[in-house]
Amino acid sequence: MKQFKTASILTPIFTSLEVVMGVLIPYVTSWIIDRGIMAGDVSKVVLYGGIMLVMAFISLMFGILSGRFSAYASTGFAYNLRDAMFRNIQTFSFANIDKFSSAGLVTRMTTDVSNLQSAFQQILRISVRAPLNLIFSVFMCIFINTKMSLIFVVALVILGTALYFIISRTVKLFAQVFEKYDDLNNSVQENVQAIRVVKAFVREDFENSKFRKAAENLYKLFVRTESLQAINNPVMTSVIYGCIIALSWFGAHFIVAGELTTGQLTSLFTYVMTIMNSLMMLSMIFVMLTMSAASGRRVAEVIDEKSTIFTPENPVMEVQDGSIDFKACCFSYGNGEYAIKNITLHINAGETIGVIGGTGCGKSTLAMLVSRLYDASKGSVLVGGVDVKCYDMDVLRNEVSMVLQKNVLFSGTILDNLRWGKTDATLEECVRASQLAQADEFIEQMPQKYETMIEQNGNNVSGGQKQRLCIARALLKKPKILVLDDSTSACDTATDAKIRRAFREEIPNTTKLIIAQRIQSVQDADRIIVMESGQVNGFDTHENLLKTNKLYQEIYRIQMEGEADFDSPE
Amino acid sequence: MPRQLNIGGRRGPGGPGQHFGASAKMPEGGMKMVKRLFGYVTRNYKLSLGVVALCIIITSVTTLVSTLFTRTLIDDYIVPLTQSATPDFAPLARTLFTLAAVLVVGIICSYVNNRLMINVGQGTLLRLRTDLFEHMEQLPIGYFDSHAHGDIMSVYTNDVDTLRQLIGQSIPQVFSSTITISITFVSMCVMSWPLTLLVLLMTSVMIFVTRVLGNRSSVHFKSRQQNLGAMNGYIEEMLTGLKVVKTFCHEDEAIARFEQYNEALRDSSNNANREANIVMPVNGNLSNLIYVLCAIIGATIALKSPLGATLTIGTLVSFLTLIKNFTQPVSHLSQQINSVVMALAGAGRVFDLMDATPEKDEQACIRLVNAKKNADGTLTETSERTGVWAWKVPKAEFNNIEGKADESDHKDANYGLIQQQGEVDFTQVDFSYVPEKQVLFDIELDTDAGQKIALVGGTGAGKTTITNLINRFYDIQDGRILYDHIDIRKIHREDLRRSLGMVLQETHLFTGTVMENIRYGRLDATDEECRAAAELVNADDFILRLSEGYDTMLTADGGNLSQGERQLLAIARAAVANPPALILDEATSSIDTRTERLVQEGMDHIMEGRSTFVIAHRLSTVRNSDIICVMDHGRIIEQGNHEELLAKQGKYYQLYTGKQID
Repeated sequence: MKQFKTASILTPIFTSLEVVMGVLIPYVTSWIIDRGIMAGDVSKVVLYGGIMLVMAFISLMFGILSGRFSAYASTGFAYNLRDAMFRNIQTFSFANIDKFSSAGLVTRMTTDVSNLQSAFQQILRISVRAPLNLIFSVFMCIFINTKMSLIFVVALVILGTALYFIISRTVKLFAQVFEKYDDLNNSVQENVQAIRVVKAFVREDFENSKFRKAAENLYKLFVRTESLQAINNPVMTSVIYGCIIALSWFGAHFIVAGELTTGQLTSLFTYVMTIMNSLMMLSMIFVMLTMSAASGRRVAEVIDEKSTIFTPENPVMEVQDGSIDFKACCFSYGNGEYAIKNITLHINAGETIGVIGGTGCGKSTLAMLVSRLYDASKGSVLVGGVDVKCYDMDVLRNEVSMVLQKNVLFSGTILDNLRWGKTDATLEECVRASQLAQADEFIEQMPQKYETMIEQNGNNVSGGQKQRLCIARALLKKPKILVLDDSTSACDTATDAKIRRAFREEIPNTTKLIIAQRIQSVQDADRIIVMESGQVNGFDTHENLLKTNKLYQEIYRIQMEGEADFDSPE
Repeated sequence: MPRQLNIGGRRGPGGPGQHFGASAKMPEGGMKMVKRLFGYVTRNYKLSLGVVALCIIITSVTTLVSTLFTRTLIDDYIVPLTQSATPDFAPLARTLFTLAAVLVVGIICSYVNNRLMINVGQGTLLRLRTDLFEHMEQLPIGYFDSHAHGDIMSVYTNDVDTLRQLIGQSIPQVFSSTITISITFVSMCVMSWPLTLLVLLMTSVMIFVTRVLGNRSSVHFKSRQQNLGAMNGYIEEMLTGLKVVKTFCHEDEAIARFEQYNEALRDSSNNANREANIVMPVNGNLSNLIYVLCAIIGATIALKSPLGATLTIGTLVSFLTLIKNFTQPVSHLSQQINSVVMALAGAGRVFDLMDATPEKDEQACIRLVNAKKNADGTLTETSERTGVWAWKVPKAEFNNIEGKADESDHKDANYGLIQQQGEVDFTQVDFSYVPEKQVLFDIELDTDAGQKIALVGGTGAGKTTITNLINRFYDIQDGRILYDHIDIRKIHREDLRRSLGMVLQETHLFTGTVMENIRYGRLDATDEECRAAAELVNADDFILRLSEGYDTMLTADGGNLSQGERQLLAIARAAVANPPALILDEATSSIDTRTERLVQEGMDHIMEGRSTFVIAHRLSTVRNSDIICVMDHGRIIEQGNHEELLAKQGKYYQLYTGKQID
């Protein structure tokens, strides 16, 4: 907020000055009429006209200044908001990310911030202008004629009560409207995404009637809300007109009695309008606030979210070796169930470990605990003999290189993407890593080779190619531990085998944790962890497991008879 | 309401840039669009809009009356009263009552106007939304391929919303401003034409200034939209890949890049808003200037010049009051233009979607009906589900169907029946999604009824494309696809699709309960039938384990289910539809072996006794198929059953034995 604070403070100041000028001007106009025109004195008209012009000019200057600063402040506000969100999001642990979901975070950072920005700008201008206008105008009225201003007091009380009832009700309705509106839009989105399903089942009419019903409900709610809001206007104009009539009646009496001039009466008329206008604006602010309240809450949630994982004080800056220990380790995603139950095991540095088991058995979770993407709920995880919680996070994650199951490439060249693993990697290093990951071959076939642009989400490379690029990227870190979470599922078995052979031969000292669905992908590992519902069911070599482990035997049997490799040979 | 609602939808990166490019000036065919939009709004609301127009006129007149009343008050009542020795307030009271009556009429009219406009505005939006949606449902799959989903969404959210503002606020405001301006102008002319001239002159200065400022800021607004698009694109990319960013400790780089985008956006929005914010004070104070000029010149005329007789002091005072009535709507109008142009750009996108060509079904004349098999082998059409399906063919159409004759009981003079059997044949089929890139070449395929056809091959070989052609997600460019000897283009598209159950690889579920999602396959299926279908495909087990079983609510595309479970639901959905033929996309290895086995068993169950096209990954599926098509780069390179293909020692042999080597 710092650099924009000045602007945020200056805006209301300039706005107030502009308002003061704006309120004084009608008073000067009353002089023009009374002392100039009515008195038949053209020179007075010129004099007061001149004064008024000077005031108008000052008001203009303040107006422009306040506009400038409000623009600066409100855009700065949005800048800071986004910056704060983005920075905080970057500190999020996986647990934090899961809580919000990536898509949810995107919406909060884009749509919600825009909503807040426009609300902020409006409020910054109006929230100063309207109350000030109100106060100054009332003050001027009292100054002109105290007795007459009683009319305003009565009017304001009536109006205030009426507005309070209407607004408090519409605000609630609006909240409902927006909720329904979101639902409607979600259903559109669902249809756009699932259009193939809709068409395959010939459900166009069904979807149409569903949508129509929802749209009609929204229509009814909208009409109800806006109708209620529409009462605002007649109430307000009735009060204004009432004031005008009352002013005329009492004004005439006062003028006859000599307590009021005609010019003052006309300025009073002007002030009536100003007062009512500011009230109208104030009522708008309330509606606006409720509309942006939801966005504000969603943004605040992101900014206030505390990362669940951070680097400790005096962190360990070096990972001794690639050994891994789980000690009575339990982990829960916070839904009351343990995804990892009491696992204790030791993996030597340089070992190749396969992990196999059904979906939801905790394979990925186990791997993510190693690079401290999540913290163990109970027990501990040790890398190189040191608890992962003691390491500097960057050091740990650079030494424990993880190829995630749901992986992404970023827009940029292949080289750019590879260099995520090592910012200053030379072309040779990148080629070397790509060769290991069996990616070099297809990269060389691309028109621009390593300079080929990858589209957002890596849409212009196939699933298998994407996986190999992701592996190459992870290899560039030259990690002590490499975790592959089902990272070759879209590659054909031959490529898969080549990658594993390259790992065995080229990076023998790196500890490799290979999570896979296919037994073939892990059967030549030094040892294999068989997992079932968060627990280790077996941990041994392929041969021994085949002899002793029932679960492993079953998986093996199913795969041998069922699976062939028609998957995606490329 | 000032807030632009755009929850839920987002433009893809670059989207806003393109879209808002047109916003600086009137989009092409702007007038046409205005007319079309106007026609759209007025279609159902002619009477309402007539009443609204009348109300606006009356309201403007009453506003004018109340403004001019100052003059009457001073000239006709107060001045005489002050001069009278025994002031009589009775006439003033009478006039005030009359005034009150007039004003009440004005208030009522204004309320009626607002209230009606709510119906008109919201009603039009309702129709716009449903029209949009219903049209969208008819669009071919190709439309969804070539348009980013975010862009389609933003038509519903952003563009419809700008139209909401246009219809609900801008149009009535423009109308009432115009009326107020005209009425005020006439009364000003009546009061004093020299002063009116002066006001006109100054007002044109005001309009000019507004336009200049508007143009200056629109340049910045454009660059702001571009920066916004770029930044949102970056946010989307980085947050989608957030977990990768974390694993690579790339947070600082991400923040640094982000700050560049953020700063560029801040800078251009600051410029844009700064220019836009000037307009209001400039206009407001220009109108002050006009006031002073009129006061001075008016006073000079009234007091000093020979024209003085034409301008009484009372008139001058009312004239001065009228000035604000005139300049304010003018300033509103000139500011309104920008938002109208913006809204028209939105309207353009709305109409673009509405004008997109829907799926064509011109040649279709054949329907799918339930049939009953008679003792003599003939077919009779029936309304109940018999499990026997037949194509209802116009008699004349039999000439175009080779190798099939009317199998009906000949009761209907105009139509004959052919039993649906699921025999699909491809003849020299070529296909491309986009003209320059052909993806299928010369596909030849002969199948018999009840056969299982496996499509095998790598990513991008064209397996999915073939299945998409059978149910006419796309139409072929060259060649012919016959279904039971009938050209599929002759079959009504919905009947064609109804005859083909489909399990897509990418599973989509809808917001609703598990039961509702299964019932999606057949809307009139009972709960028992849905349960039976779930049991048949092994989905029953996991559903019963869900917190509320079949009544568990699914949201966000079944986000709370695993991939395998979602696939099981998709199979159950196809099973309850109980279609005569099937297109299946087998699960790949993204699900674990045990669930995969359940899914496969489920698929096996629904394949039983049906003509099936299956995109196969599993040896057992492939081996049990009657025809295996090995595909490569858009061609069928080998075709035959397991034994034949093995004997050939070609690609299939390689694929099959390749597994053995490993």
